[in-house]
Amino acid sequence: MNFDPRYSGRNFTSVGTRPIRPDGVDKVTGRARYGADFNMAGQLVGRVLRSPHAHALIKKIDTSKAEKLAGVKAVITAKDLPDLTNGDAAMYDILDNCMARTKALYDGHAVAAVAAVDARTARQALKLIEIDYEVLPHVTDVDEAMQHHAPLINDAIFTEGLEEKPVKPSNVTKRSQFGHGDVHQGFGHADFVVERSFKTEQTHQGYIEPHACVASVSSDGTADLWVCTQGHFVYRQHCAQLLGMEASKLRVTSSEIGGGFGGKTHVWAEPVALALSRKAGRPVKLVMTRDEVFRASGPTSATSIDIKIGASKDGIITAAEATLRYSAGPYAGSWAEIGAMTAFACYRLENVKTVGFEVLVNRPKTAAYRAPSAPMAAFAVESAIDELAKEVGIDPVEFRIKNAAQEGTKSSYGPVYGPIGIGPTLEAVKNHPHMKAPLKKNQGRGMACGFWFNFGGQTCVDLNIGMDGSVSLAVGTVDVGGSRASLSLVAAEELGIDYSQLKAIVADTSSLGYNDMTDGSRGTFSSSMATISAARNAIKTLRERAAQMWDIGVDDVVWEQGHAVAKGQKHGNLGKLSLKEIAAESGKTGGPIAGHSELVADGAGVSFATHICDIEVDPETGATRVIRYTVVQDAGKAVHPTYVEGQYQGGAAQGIGWALNEEYIYGKDGRLQNPGFLDYRIPVCSDLPMIDTQILEIPNPNHPYGVRGVGETSIVPPLAAIANAVSNAAGVRMTHIPMSAPRILAAIEAERQG
Amino acid sequence: MRYIRPLSIEDAVGQLAKAVGPAAILAGGSDLLVRMKGGFVEPDLIVDIKSIAGLSEIRETADGFSIGAAVPCAVLGENKVLKQAWPGVVEAAKLIGSKQVQGRCTITGNLCNASPAADSVPALVAAGAKAVVVGPAGRRTIAVEAVPTAPGRTSLAKGEIIEAILLDKRPPRASDAYLRFIPRTEMDIAVVSAGVNLTLDEAGIIKAARVAIGAAAPTVLLVAEAAEALVGRKLDEAALERLAKICSGACRPIDDKRGTIEFRRKVAGVLARRAATTAYARAGGK
Repeated sequence: MNFDPRYSGRNFTSVGTRPIRPDGVDKVTGRARYGADFNMAGQLVGRVLRSPHAHALIKKIDTSKAEKLAGVKAVITAKDLPDLTNGDAAMYDILDNCMARTKALYDGHAVAAVAAVDARTARQALKLIEIDYEVLPHVTDVDEAMQHHAPLINDAIFTEGLEEKPVKPSNVTKRSQFGHGDVHQGFGHADFVVERSFKTEQTHQGYIEPHACVASVSSDGTADLWVCTQGHFVYRQHCAQLLGMEASKLRVTSSEIGGGFGGKTHVWAEPVALALSRKAGRPVKLVMTRDEVFRASGPTSATSIDIKIGASKDGIITAAEATLRYSAGPYAGSWAEIGAMTAFACYRLENVKTVGFEVLVNRPKTAAYRAPSAPMAAFAVESAIDELAKEVGIDPVEFRIKNAAQEGTKSSYGPVYGPIGIGPTLEAVKNHPHMKAPLKKNQGRGMACGFWFNFGGQTCVDLNIGMDGSVSLAVGTVDVGGSRASLSLVAAEELGIDYSQLKAIVADTSSLGYNDMTDGSRGTFSSSMATISAARNAIKTLRERAAQMWDIGVDDVVWEQGHAVAKGQKHGNLGKLSLKEIAAESGKTGGPIAGHSELVADGAGVSFATHICDIEVDPETGATRVIRYTVVQDAGKAVHPTYVEGQYQGGAAQGIGWALNEEYIYGKDGRLQNPGFLDYRIPVCSDLPMIDTQILEIPNPNHPYGVRGVGETSIVPPLAAIANAVSNAAGVRMTHIPMSAPRILAAIEAERQG
Repeated sequence: MRYIRPLSIEDAVGQLAKAVGPAAILAGGSDLLVRMKGGFVEPDLIVDIKSIAGLSEIRETADGFSIGAAVPCAVLGENKVLKQAWPGVVEAAKLIGSKQVQGRCTITGNLCNASPAADSVPALVAAGAKAVVVGPAGRRTIAVEAVPTAPGRTSLAKGEIIEAILLDKRPPRASDAYLRFIPRTEMDIAVVSAGVNLTLDEAGIIKAARVAIGAAAPTVLLVAEAAEALVGRKLDEAALERLAKICSGACRPIDDKRGTIEFRRKVAGVLARRAATTAYARAGGK
């Protein structure tokens, strides 16, 4: 049956309510099973040996002593993960990142691994592995890496996207450009121009649960993997390809997830655990330490961004230009490209040009982090917009309203917008009591806007109706933020039954068709679309069965509020049949009743948010305190408003940490100085105010209920909103994130000294 | 690895003295266990001192207070008399880690960990606290500032254990205060800190002062010149200005992941000034 995904404007019974999530009780009582909670009989402990050098040739690895240690069951190096990538450069990078092949490319790069009977033996074995390194010059800073004299990280990389093919290799892997109009001409029409350079330091997603998995490879070549991931189907594809297995022979089960934020969309430990298990012939459990999580997983890009924006006297932007340099770690990525696409996406611009440069550095491979690349670009753009509004002499909210993109605007990255929420979020902010609240001495207020694309993708759902009339829903998008509750609400809505009659689970890779991972804010958007489709398919069967029970034509049966109803004059006196009654008879009417759906969820509606923030700065120490914070964001339709609010608050909380304190600090030796939560400072509860939220609902025309993704947009405005607030409180424009106390104090002192 | 739980200080000293491999003393474990888990230390012998009689008590003596080496910092906060006499020491102890950590950690452990950023140490140094050291050669009492000698190193000899920290009885019109700078609101380590201990006369003139700065040199600094600048006068704006300047000047900080030289210098002065203001008010100065 053809599925019509268009927005229908229906009224809701279940959707929009706030029931308790099905995974809630187990999580608060400790029964929920996370990655490290799986165990198998005979399981070994896996540990990884990591490079202490930022950049070094691996000349020789001698594992013989480690192999002889009693209790060691397997030692592996890159030799045990032969290159089966067949010219797929991206997969080769993943392989090389999992286990360095010829060069260690960052402090923390895996070079060998062991599986032993216990952790102590495994740790001892690592110490017995002898590696002969030739240390090479390294570079960790994004700007330094672009200099022509910088140490070259990969001499096979020639910058893509240049007009002329380069003759010399470079740390710049790609140049990308977006925009339209003529910025040169646009600046010519400007009465005011703001031009500034900004820097943001590298941050980690900071998920509380470290990467963890148990791998069990059988002697027949089949394997099981239990793992904490945002996408078990993708992990299966990648692991199977790297280990030379058929995907169907590898069954991957995702655990509960203690945070991912994009960081658990990439394999690191899993192929290593599988290779160890294959070699040892026993299950292997591999759990990263926090030190390993920081040194070898995540993080996001460090950036260096130049912005130039011009406006006319009446406050219309005449031209906007950005040059964005994003660090990618030692492997190619598309991080600057995304930054260049999102930078000016909030605005209606006649002349806009953005150029992105992907830059290799000797740091861990950059991974997605919640609206990857957008927060840094928004920080630079929204800081400059604020400054420009001041120069023109217009209120910053009014200035943004004047220039906001609308339905029909050609976006700075190309497509023409449908109905969008930037204008409404700005209007809501303008009228929010927060904007009118008085400020005390040393306090400043800032606001900023943010954009994110959102994504749909391949999705598959099974909906099975039990003979007792209860419904189980099996989805393939890992639940990172309450999607099992939301999808249950959607199924309840569509079937016309109560939420309590449903139980949603995340199925393993052998029980359901392929699903893309939970990224791009797609979990609830795409799986709700598939759930609606599956439920409609089930309803079709339910109607057929009811027709059979009544012995009438199926066209005379409609589905209303959880019941089959016979329509028309001749059937008017038949009593309606509940789902439960139809299910009870299913054994006699054709067997189990189910609905399935396999689809590509297209049309994920773009999402916008505007944040307001009040900060107090101690002018003598540079210390900051977040006094008040408000998030206004378009959700399309909030299926479960509590979890939508949770996403808004979570993005703001992470953004506050990023803006004020979080930062990868490298020493001159190229080693990470702060691989732990003591000196990598994510906010603790007492660092945060209660984060107020306002949900706007501008329906996405491409989803039956109007749903848009909500998970990522909320981290886009905070860096900028906080920077604007700090700049207003301190009386000096802050251009370097994080705005740690030493940076703020130095800026205040510099301003004082003129 | 061997774990023992001796019942007497003599037994503990004896076990430590004859230990062949690396040995460690365990009280709250908030430093030791973290270091073991991180693989930084692998002791062959762990001597848990929590069962030794008297080590988990705060005693009021004729001379003041004796705080046993195994007394958790949270317990300091629950002792009203101690808190009244030495509010600066208690507030310093109550800043370490988090509520949960304070339920385990001890000021003696904080001192012996020998971090220049230890929270309770500048307050103890400003307070003129003493440490009772028991070892194979007997018992001796030393100033707390004589314990740490460098980051991670102490003057304690093999087999020696600090049994208790001693604080003097308070004269009238005396009080102290401790402040630290951390980037977060809790669960953090001082970037720079200041402890100030003042005794006033009836007119509010400062009779005695001790000023200590933390995280600004390899060990906590006792800044005698700062104290001299305060003695014999009221805590007026000029005195505060001079205090801040001397404290900033006395710092020998480094640039590291937690802060810069310039930041530590500037903020050391600011914190000394603010701590002095609080201590002065607590002592009844106006």
